Amino acid sequence: MKLQELTKPWAAFNYGFLDESAKRELRRRILKAIAIPGCQVPYASREVPMARGWGTGGLQVTLTLLKPASVVKVIDQGADDSVNASSIRKFFGRVGGVVETEDTGKATIVQSRHRIPEEKLREDQVLVLQVPNPEPLRPVQPDISIARDMHGDADYGQLWLVLYEQLVKSGRIMQGAEYPSLVNGRYVITPSPIPRWDVPKLNQADHLTILSAGREKRLYAVPPYTKVEPLVFDDVPYRVEDHHDKTCYRSNVTGYFVNELPQEDGSSAYELSDSHFGIKHIRKAEGEPVEIGDTWYKNGRMTDDRA
Amino acid sequence: MTALNVDTPAVPKRQPPRLMLAEPIMTMRGISKSFGDVKALGGVDVTVYPGEVLGIVGESGSGKSTLLRMMNLEDTPDTGSYNLVLPGHQDRNLFDLDRFERRMLRAHHIGIVYQNPHLGLLMNHTSSGNVAERLLIAGNRNFAELRERARQSLAASEFPTERMDATPCELSGGMQQRVQLAKAIALEPAVLLLDEPTTGLDVSVQALVLDTLKRLQRDRAITMVLVSHDLGVIRTMADRVMVMRRGLVVEQGLADQIFQDPQHAYTQQLVHAEL
Repeated sequence: MKLQELTKPWAAFNYGFLDESAKRELRRRILKAIAIPGCQVPYASREVPMARGWGTGGLQVTLTLLKPASVVKVIDQGADDSVNASSIRKFFGRVGGVVETEDTGKATIVQSRHRIPEEKLREDQVLVLQVPNPEPLRPVQPDISIARDMHGDADYGQLWLVLYEQLVKSGRIMQGAEYPSLVNGRYVITPSPIPRWDVPKLNQADHLTILSAGREKRLYAVPPYTKVEPLVFDDVPYRVEDHHDKTCYRSNVTGYFVNELPQEDGSSAYELSDSHFGIKHIRKAEGEPVEIGDTWYKNGRMTDDRA
Repeated sequence: MTALNVDTPAVPKRQPPRLMLAEPIMTMRGISKSFGDVKALGGVDVTVYPGEVLGIVGESGSGKSTLLRMMNLEDTPDTGSYNLVLPGHQDRNLFDLDRFERRMLRAHHIGIVYQNPHLGLLMNHTSSGNVAERLLIAGNRNFAELRERARQSLAASEFPTERMDATPCELSGGMQQRVQLAKAIALEPAVLLLDEPTTGLDVSVQALVLDTLKRLQRDRAITMVLVSHDLGVIRTMADRVMVMRRGLVVEQGLADQIFQDPQHAYTQQLVHAEL
């Protein structure tokens, strides 16, 4: 037997960019994270051709999950067309030979920074969230070792205290994003800086969510059909952003999460944060045969019974 | 008519002090602790009865604060046992509890006021928030109830409740100690530990804090262990006194006995120095 028969032909890089040992390690970590919902699992975050803090955690998880039949969507704060999102999407296409898409319904893997799409995700879809700071206890306990003990003891009193202080000082919860949420009744997570609007979408969702922080070298997961409860006082209900009456100036759609665009005359215009969801509505209005999936919110109100 | 029995009945045996009749609420036996070559505690026994104030007095380095840390389960001894009469913990050496059990026991049953408020308070949170934190750890999740209970606890500590949303940084030393006290008593602890609670305060503020402690002790019958190197504070507060030196208990007894008739040379020296 010749050496050539025993070895693979030389290639510039492995399929999916990461080497197989890195992928194997990440898969094991992902399995552990799924087995213990919300528990932060450390991993050896590899160097990727992108700076730390630009989504390297999500990138590594997606690269690990890629297969030639994958259909990948990448969004950055809801937008498919930002430089970061389109660069990452093209990278996946180049190193994995996958199909790139902007349609949530067609994607098998959705990598996202700071948003969950408005259309409901299915059981066969995986949501990968890029996370800058995975540690919910960081603002109250900078010592990682002590924070680990606090997670072990489910000692989350100080997170409640932060919410208490916000109510005392401002009369309402001021936590706009990274809202601390209890997963499966055990671990509190920071669900990446998704807005409060998106947190209920994680509760008892059909899809698997993997949250990964490349710089911090930790990942955690919310498996399908898992309870995700934002921390709320008995007498102060959880409130999402009040966007039920905001209409997107481009698509004329009302009742979804919108970005505010200040106008020169001092007024504000609004556009859908989930850009492709807006594009679908525009196309549909123009008479194209576009299929728009079911949404978690309708008229600004959460409609899913499980949430 | 039956002759009167002229024999004088035996004089009833003199009752021991009332406090001694009760079962102890806290018992520590043979507590030893060394830090390297330094023996901080050399086999100390402590017994505390319900509703009493035990004063622990001694010079700096005598081991009294180390002992208090053991009582608060912040530290473990090299040898020794610790029992508190609490539901579910009878006859259990508390030093054998795991970290979580210790934390829960501390949160629910032991209150502590430190000499340094920075150790006992979160300085960037409001005073009411500091008290509420203790209630939150105990599982209270109702905001209105948390506010009300924090207010009540602060009022009981004679803290001006209109300032309950000021941070400890904005308060005087005496006020900070009152916030610590409110936090410590918020859950009606079985034992309140006081580690030099008036050290560093001026005399008038010291007197006010001691008055508050005395009133709390009288009204709520809270069992207290008070550590101080100030004999004046111990004399004002304590029912019983334990004198420590170099990690050993050299003398203990009722406060009056200790102050009026000290037996050990070191105690005599302390008492005379105070006078």
